[in-house]
Formats: sequence, C-alpha cells, structure tokens
Amino acid sequence: MIANEPAASAAASISTRNLNLWYGDFQALRDVSLDIKPGIVTALVGPSGCGKTTLLRCFNRINERYGNVTTTGQITIFGKNIYDPDVSLTQLRKTVGMVFQRPNPLPISIYENVLFGIRSHTRRGEYSRRERDAMVESALRNVRLWDEVKDRLRKKATQLTLEQQQKLCIARLLPLKPRVMLMDEPCSALDAEGIERIELLLQELRKTYTILIVTHNMAQARRASDECAFMLLGRIVEHDKTLNVFLNPREKETEMYVTGRYG
Amino acid sequence: MEDSRRERDGAEGGAGQADSAPWLCRFLGPAESMVAGVVVRLCGYSAILFVFAILFFVLREAAPMLFGGMDLVEFISSPDWRPSSEVRPQYGILALLVGTLSVTGLAMALAVPLGLGAAVYISEFCTGKVKETLKIVIELLAAIPSVVWGFISYMVLAPLIVDLTGAPVGVNLLNGGAVLALMSVPIIVSVGEDALKAVPDSYREAALSLGASRWEVVYRVLFPAAKNGLLAAVLLGVGRAIGETMAVLMATGHAVQIPRGLLDPICTLTATIAAELGETVYGGPHYRMLFVIGLVLFTITFFVNLIADIVVKGIRNGQRA
Ligand SMILES: Nc1ncnc2c1ncn2[C@@H]1O[C@H](COP(=O)(O)OP(=O)(O)OP(=O)(O)O)[C@@H](O)[C@H]1O
Ligand SMILES: [Mg+2]
Repeated sequence: MIANEPAASAAASISTRNLNLWYGDFQALRDVSLDIKPGIVTALVGPSGCGKTTLLRCFNRINERYGNVTTTGQITIFGKNIYDPDVSLTQLRKTVGMVFQRPNPLPISIYENVLFGIRSHTRRGEYSRRERDAMVESALRNVRLWDEVKDRLRKKATQLTLEQQQKLCIARLLPLKPRVMLMDEPCSALDAEGIERIELLLQELRKTYTILIVTHNMAQARRASDECAFMLLGRIVEHDKTLNVFLNPREKETEMYVTGRYG
Repeated sequence: MEDSRRERDGAEGGAGQADSAPWLCRFLGPAESMVAGVVVRLCGYSAILFVFAILFFVLREAAPMLFGGMDLVEFISSPDWRPSSEVRPQYGILALLVGTLSVTGLAMALAVPLGLGAAVYISEFCTGKVKETLKIVIELLAAIPSVVWGFISYMVLAPLIVDLTGAPVGVNLLNGGAVLALMSVPIIVSVGEDALKAVPDSYREAALSLGASRWEVVYRVLFPAAKNGLLAAVLLGVGRAIGETMAVLMATGHAVQIPRGLLDPICTLTATIAAELGETVYGGPHYRMLFVIGLVLFTITFFVNLIADIVVKGIRNGQRA
C-alpha cells in the first residue's frame, strides 16, 4: 500500500502510517505517522482543535460511532492492523483502555463500575464472588482509592468527587489487563492537588502500560511524560524526547507553542 | 454536549412563565403586563377547574345510584350486565372490568416490546434520514383518529383473524388488543425515545470503550439509566389503551362476557358507555349506572397517571442526585 514508507516499527506499541481522517469534508487528521513506544508515557500536546482527541479516539476506534467519519491509512497496535476485518472491537478495546476528559463513571455502584468491562468479556459465573471482590479491591488499591471507598462499594459511583470518579475510571480499566491507556486530558476537571495525585498515579502505572496522554498543561507534559508529540492543524509537527521538545525544539512552531506564544 | 442541550431546553421552559415574557413587556406597559400575567395564570388554573368540574358533573349524575339504589356487591362481583332487562335489570361490572383489563393487558404485551424495541432502534441504531423518517412516521401514526383504527380492525384485522384462526367472528379480544397495541405504540416510542436520548452520551462512550457491544450498552447501561422514563412511557401507553373507546368498540365485538380465550368477543368499560348512553332514559338507573362506570374509569386512569407522575418525578430527582 505504502511502498516507500518505513514499515511500522516492530518495537512500537502503537504506530500509524499516513493516517488521514475526515469529519464529513472537514479533514481533522493529515498524514499522521507516529510511533508510540511501550513502557513510557507519551504526551500529546497542541492548541485547541488540532486533532488530539480525534487521534486518540482512532486508537480504540470509538470514532466510528459518528456516522460521518472517514479514515484512510494504517494503524497498527502491537503489530496488528486494527482496521483488519478480523479485528474484534471488543478485543481491541480490552487491550486499549481509554480515560475521558470528563470523568464518566456509569450510574451504577462503584463495585459494578470496576467490574463493568470484565463482565462484557467473560461468561456469567466465570469468576467466583471472592475472585470478583479481589479484583475490585486490587484495582481500587492500584489507583489509591480503596481506603476512601471500601465502605461504600455499593453506593452509586456518580456520587464520588470528580477526582475519585476519575480514579475510578482508571481503576475500571485494570481488571481488563489493558496494554495501552489512552488519556484525554484526564486532569482537566480536577484541582491542583487532584492533578498531583493523578500524576503520581501515572508514574506508578507507566511501568506496566503504554500511556498516551493528551494535555493542555505544558508543565504537566514536562513533568509527567517521557516523550512528547506536538500537533498542529491535524499534523504531527514534532515527536521526540520530552526534554528535547521543550528545550531544544527542531521546528519553529513547536518552540512558539511550548514557550507559550501560541494557542 | 448532551448536558448543555438539556440546560438550554430548561431555559426555554422557564421563559414560558408569565412574569418572564420579555416580548410581552415590549408591547405592554407595566399595568397591562400585570393583567396579562393574571390572564395567563388563570389559563393555567383553569386546568384544575376543568378536572374538578368534570369530576363533579360525573359524580352528580352518578350519585343517586352510587349512594343508595345500587347493589354494590352485585356491581363488583357479578359478570352480568343486563341494564335493559324487563324482568330484573342487572348491573354487574365484572365482565366489563375484565374486558378492559384483558384487552389492555394484551395490548401492552404486544406494544411494550414493540414500542421499546422501536425506541431503542430509533435512538441508538439509526441515524440521519432513516431516523428522521421513522420519527415522522411514528408521529403520523399517533395522529390517526381512533375511528380509522376501528375501520382497520373491522375491515383488515377481523377477516385476517378469521382466516388465520378459523374463529367464527374476527372482532374479539385479540383484534381489540392488536388495535390498541398499534395505537399505544407511538406514544411508547416517542416517550421512550426521549428517555433514551436523555441518557448522557458519555455513558455510552464509557461502556463502549470498556469493550461492551452496542447491544450490551442498551441493556446494561441505557435500560437501567433510563428505566424511569421507559416505565413512564409504558404507563402512558397503558393510559392510552384504557381510555380508548371508539376503536375498541368496533374491534372487540361488544359481547358482555368474561373471555376464556383470545378469540372471545369482549366488552370494555369505555365501549359500554359509548354504545349505551344514547339509548338510556335521562336520569334513569341505567343512565346513572353508566356514570358510575365513568367514575370507575376516572379512578383507574387517575391512578395510572399518578403512578406515571411519581415515576417521572423520580427521574428528575435521580438526575439531580
Ligand atoms: N464529531 C465531530 N464532527 C465534526 N467535527 C469534529 C468532530 N469532533 C471534532 N471535530 C473537529 O475536528 C477538529 C479536531 O477536534 P479535536 O476534538 O480532535 O481537537 P482537540 O485537539 O482535542 O481540541 P481540544 O484541545 O479543544 O480538546 C476540530 O476542529 C473539531 O471542530
Ligand atoms: Mg480534545
């Protein structure tokens, strides 16, 4: 298909080649070729409307909910083209978890939120009561939420604070054992302390997962990411080690953006 | 996005109140706009007045039989409704009540799955032109006058039922249930679709992104989240079916008996009133008994609506929490 492009890098967990995406006739992604490495945090930054959310939503194919989306190009995740006809969306979304900008726990109990995904992927009764309890506890402990909610697991998740809700949204991915986590401005609804605690959490999670995080907060991108990709008007302008992007950008636009003279 | 839309709707709802209609104030001085406010308020209160006036009127016509003159035990427990018997008129409501309840029950058994299924399909599985077309068609369906449904039951369904089942007559419980089902489906669909539409999109995305299929989203997320609205849709459908008169009169065969099967002709409370009121002697016992039946109907629909109301309130409170 793309003869003179380098083949998708085998080492990358997500790689895209010549990815274009249109909403109707509006082109939101232009020729995006990107390799996201496993085991690190990659930050995706860029001014509002440049296509960060759009790109993220391609990786679990949740973009396809909208009827007017056309995509061309290639996305491979762990070597598998996710647009192959034999790819099951359920399986893909099990591997590639997503955390949304606004915390969106389901209006069911905390306990059931954590188990929601796993219930879609297993037959009824595949796990015993005790195994389920253990799964919930371990997921909530991993996101440092267990102590706060252990006495009200049966309460509605929508009654938690925003920070707790967002942690729950991360926790409910864990029983699925995803390999990639996509996070779309996960801290934008939180206060400073909440942001700090979520970032701490990211540091713990990075060992196990490939994390791709969209952020508007330059300081956060600098603190929390190992690599950084800068997007502008649907294109990837620059993708490098975070320090290089911030201290030593190759492109003029990147420099203008990271120094705050843009967007 | 969904949220902001709901807020906007709320704001429009608020602007409908009498004292916040700026376009009125532009034409009217302060005194006139106060008068306008009072007029609008009276229009609002008139609804209450009408309800009580109707209740009072029905009660007044029914009273002489209701408080003396009628045999309450017979009324409730006898299946014999023989108001024009020369020997001894009998006013047993049981067969009529069973007729109403059975035809409504049958109608709901058909209409609820169909209506909720259609609501789910329209709200979750189709987009663009198909969706718009379906919604318009459903609204058209709701606008068909009930006497036309009566025609359809008489001319189309009845022969069909005779052909398919070999029943001696095609106007019976099954026919009435089918027609009432068709008549209540539109209201179930449109209220049900509204209830599903009100579920924030973020819930759908949350569930989908966890690997749920679209069908799982429907029954694991949307049904629980919209259950009050869906229940209200069903209850409104029930209300529609219980109160319907003309179509059931034409479709059910109007035979006073407790049905033993789907193919038995039946008679309902509403149809009895409609069919017999014209032949009664004004102020006579038969006339008054029909008003007692009216009161029974009034009570039933009152409770159905009350429950629907409480359920809908439950939705609002649920959203606030
Ligand atoms: N469903 C949609 N239909 C049509 N256009 C869309 C849709 N979603 C996004 N867009 C457009 O695509 C472009 C990219 O949007 P996207 O949400 O990906 O930007 P973003 O980088 O995430 O912005 P922000 O930082 O504000 O979240 C924008 O111009 C937006 O208007
Ligand atoms: Mg975005």
